[in-house]
Amino acid sequence: MANEQTDSVTCRINGIEVTVPKGTRIIEAAEQAGIGIAHYCYHPGLSAPAMCRMCLVEVEGAPKLQPACVTTVAEGNNILTESERALESRKGTLEFYLINHPLDCPVCDKSGECRLQDFVHAEGPKHGRLLDAKVIFGQDDFGGNILYDGDRCIMCTRCVRFMREVAKDDLLGVVQRGHRSVIDTFFEQGLDDSPFHTNIIDICPVGALLDKDFLHKARVWDLDHTPSICPNCSQGCNIRIDTRDNIVQRLRPRANPDVNSYWMCDYGRHQYEWMNASDRIEAPLVRAGDRLVAQNWQPTILALLEQLKQRAGSVRVVGSPMQSNEDNGLLARLGSVLGATTPVYRSTRAADEVVLPGFPKLARRRELAANGRGLEALGFDRVGDDRGQGGVTATDVLIVLGDELADLPADFGRDASLFVYLGHRLQPAARNAHFVLPVSTFAEQEGTFTNFEGRVQRFWPALQPPPLARPAWQVLGVLLAGLDDGPAPADAANAFLRVGSHFDTFAGLTYEMIGTRGALLNEPVAIGAGGGD
Amino acid sequence: MAYPFKHERETRVLTEAFGDPAARTIEGWKKYGGYEALRQALGMSPNDVIEVVKASGLRGRGGAGFPTGVKWSFMPKDDSRQPHYLLINADESEPGAFKDRELLRWTPHQVIEGALIGAHAIRAKHVYIYMRGEFFEPAQIVGRAIEEAYEAGIAGADMMGSGIGIDITLHIGAGAYICGEETGLMNSLEGRRGQPRIKPPFPAVMGAFSRPTTINNVETVSAVPHILRRGPEWYKSMGTEKSPGTKLFNVSGHVVRRGNYELPLGFPLKDLIYDVCGGIRDGRELKAVIPGGSSVPILAAKECDIALDYESVAAAGSMLGTASVIVMDDRTDIIRAVRRMVEFYSHESCGQCTPCREGTEWTAKIMRRIEAGEGTVEDLDTLLDVGRNMTGTTICVLSDSCAAPVASSIAKFRDEYMARMRREAPIDALTV
Repeated sequence: MANEQTDSVTCRINGIEVTVPKGTRIIEAAEQAGIGIAHYCYHPGLSAPAMCRMCLVEVEGAPKLQPACVTTVAEGNNILTESERALESRKGTLEFYLINHPLDCPVCDKSGECRLQDFVHAEGPKHGRLLDAKVIFGQDDFGGNILYDGDRCIMCTRCVRFMREVAKDDLLGVVQRGHRSVIDTFFEQGLDDSPFHTNIIDICPVGALLDKDFLHKARVWDLDHTPSICPNCSQGCNIRIDTRDNIVQRLRPRANPDVNSYWMCDYGRHQYEWMNASDRIEAPLVRAGDRLVAQNWQPTILALLEQLKQRAGSVRVVGSPMQSNEDNGLLARLGSVLGATTPVYRSTRAADEVVLPGFPKLARRRELAANGRGLEALGFDRVGDDRGQGGVTATDVLIVLGDELADLPADFGRDASLFVYLGHRLQPAARNAHFVLPVSTFAEQEGTFTNFEGRVQRFWPALQPPPLARPAWQVLGVLLAGLDDGPAPADAANAFLRVGSHFDTFAGLTYEMIGTRGALLNEPVAIGAGGGD
Repeated sequence: MAYPFKHERETRVLTEAFGDPAARTIEGWKKYGGYEALRQALGMSPNDVIEVVKASGLRGRGGAGFPTGVKWSFMPKDDSRQPHYLLINADESEPGAFKDRELLRWTPHQVIEGALIGAHAIRAKHVYIYMRGEFFEPAQIVGRAIEEAYEAGIAGADMMGSGIGIDITLHIGAGAYICGEETGLMNSLEGRRGQPRIKPPFPAVMGAFSRPTTINNVETVSAVPHILRRGPEWYKSMGTEKSPGTKLFNVSGHVVRRGNYELPLGFPLKDLIYDVCGGIRDGRELKAVIPGGSSVPILAAKECDIALDYESVAAAGSMLGTASVIVMDDRTDIIRAVRRMVEFYSHESCGQCTPCREGTEWTAKIMRRIEAGEGTVEDLDTLLDVGRNMTGTTICVLSDSCAAPVASSIAKFRDEYMARMRREAPIDALTV
């Protein structure tokens, strides 16, 4: 028993030999061999009831076909997923799925990413043989973000099991039995108060569960998918940003066993409209008396460099936890080159964490911004209150990145000798700046965030920024170069290396090392409630 | 003739006390030798009890006919680690079956005695009798008998002064057919939806409440006291070599005397119908027989010259099942009979496996259409094809049971189907 962990079995799947740990299920072993087995009820994050009967495969020697999602691999098994019997069984089962399915793909939001569509297209029957009336269930509002279409439902019960096993909030159940089975809530008690329930839409293999937010918004084949990191709290859930025509349509979780498993919270999922804001700063603005005048980048940077070189008095820099490590790192570097006081940032904090009981590593953290921990690692101090307000006072030279200064009075910074604002939108206080430089949001650039536990994770550009907006690291890199502090980084990867050269916490990390699962900072891991304090 | 009917060719062992209301009390039951076997068993080691039952060749009476002693021997022999359970399946809901109900009604103590012996054999400290929700009268009778057994010191702690304690609980189901499937029964007992579980793990490894569990039919455990008291050799002297002992044949349909008849296994089917049951009602001709409850393939009249034991019926292409013999005379509309059975399975499908959830109702829809004379030849192909896709593809065998009568009736009564499609035969079926 001592070496149970190392005990392995070898089997052949479609002739490909694989060696897997004892107790591995056929469906997982097949995945290792590069063979996909069609399934509906099985989901790696949930229990396997083996009831969809799609994953039946032939195990040589067994009289019946075996469900691949629960049958464990035995030594010497010869498993055939494409044998005639397995194919016949899948075709037959798919026909059963189709007899009562409305086949309303043209108006179904799932169309294009529907597993029923996929598998029927690949292996299903070409014609229906049902001559009688279909069973009709109709639609239901489950509360929260969910609409239910009983006609499309294939009764895989993934949603029921997610609520029971992962959300641990048993709000859904199967009512009735046999062909009258249908998913339902308990009387009038809907999903409204369950903070993770929207995940059931992602795991629904068909269009039975619909997101009210995404309802009829886009055809999924028109969407572009970009891997990213949820910016809405310090958990750093791995997500995919789905965009169409440069507009974010929805956020969906991306699996990462170290951070968020297969899930994300509803709060994070639905905080994306700000990425689509159209009231953006579209060009560099330079103060001319009472007015801000649009200007090209080159004269702006040259004028700004001139002013930075002639600065007088104390220098203060303000960073933002919604900006990347690269942006804030080069900002902190600029601060130290200019002899600034300790850089500061402000962030909003919620009263409580919202933990996902079935995967407690995942919670909507208190800090409602992605990169607070990264800023701490870059030497920033958090100022202000839990609403992300106060704490910032004007000085002689003020450089602000990302923070909209929305809470500050309209005359803020009017007395400063040099006020530089790098941001996305222009609030009254920021209008007092001498230089307003348009920078891209995290969704418009490549970069990294550092989550609450010090995990540095990459994201990629999902949107096109306004034509003249630039990543902040690029602007700051050019300014640093103008101040004779090394060459300007050519791309985000170089900017990241540059940050590593100035800050020990990031030293030695590269984009390659971070990969898709993230890498921890060079410091003892301290898991705090709200991120780095 | 007073109910229950008796016939001189019967071998009345389990049914000896049928018709005697006094046997429902402990005192009355003791007149039939009651609880002697339990006293005897409590003085034996569990393994010895298993050996005796093994030697008798007793096979499970719930339908599958698995040797009971062998089943008991699958239970872990180490009784210290975790509790074991014995479940008595009294959820008799197979259409055509009514043998357990009579055993529970007339001889509740026989069932309790057999259950306690079985529990001792598998080292269980708790017996659950899972009874069908519609069995109001049997539930009252068995409930009273359990109370009596506790009062008499037969059940509960220190049974009959042996130092062994076994509890017995009566659990009433809510009336779903599928809860008679052993793993569905366990789910229902635990308060979950009555849905069969995937095997493995088998009940003897992980059953009710995730503990080693054995499930026995009412009739099976009812035979156990007699085997202990009179010895396995006596039991083997009845029936056939591979199917020893007696069996309750519950005959329904178009015979003169419907009812339960206890006969040795291997009894000829024709004799059962024409002698024991008095022949076909109104002097009509035999058309078909379902020999083991609605889940088994139909036998046409010409196939009925068989002996009723597990092997012979299987050789004829059907199954003995619960020995619930449904007799149909020549006026029977086979299509209507099959449609009615299929509707039952469609109604009772638990709905977890797709082929069963969708296939049973689809089959019912086609059968309804054919019955109404609106079917086509293609429908028969579809029915057979759907049936094939429903067979062997699900967790339990409910969908196989739905497909079996359809396929066998099409194979054996295809002419009748074709005539209905040509609308030759009248669509006013008389009786089923």
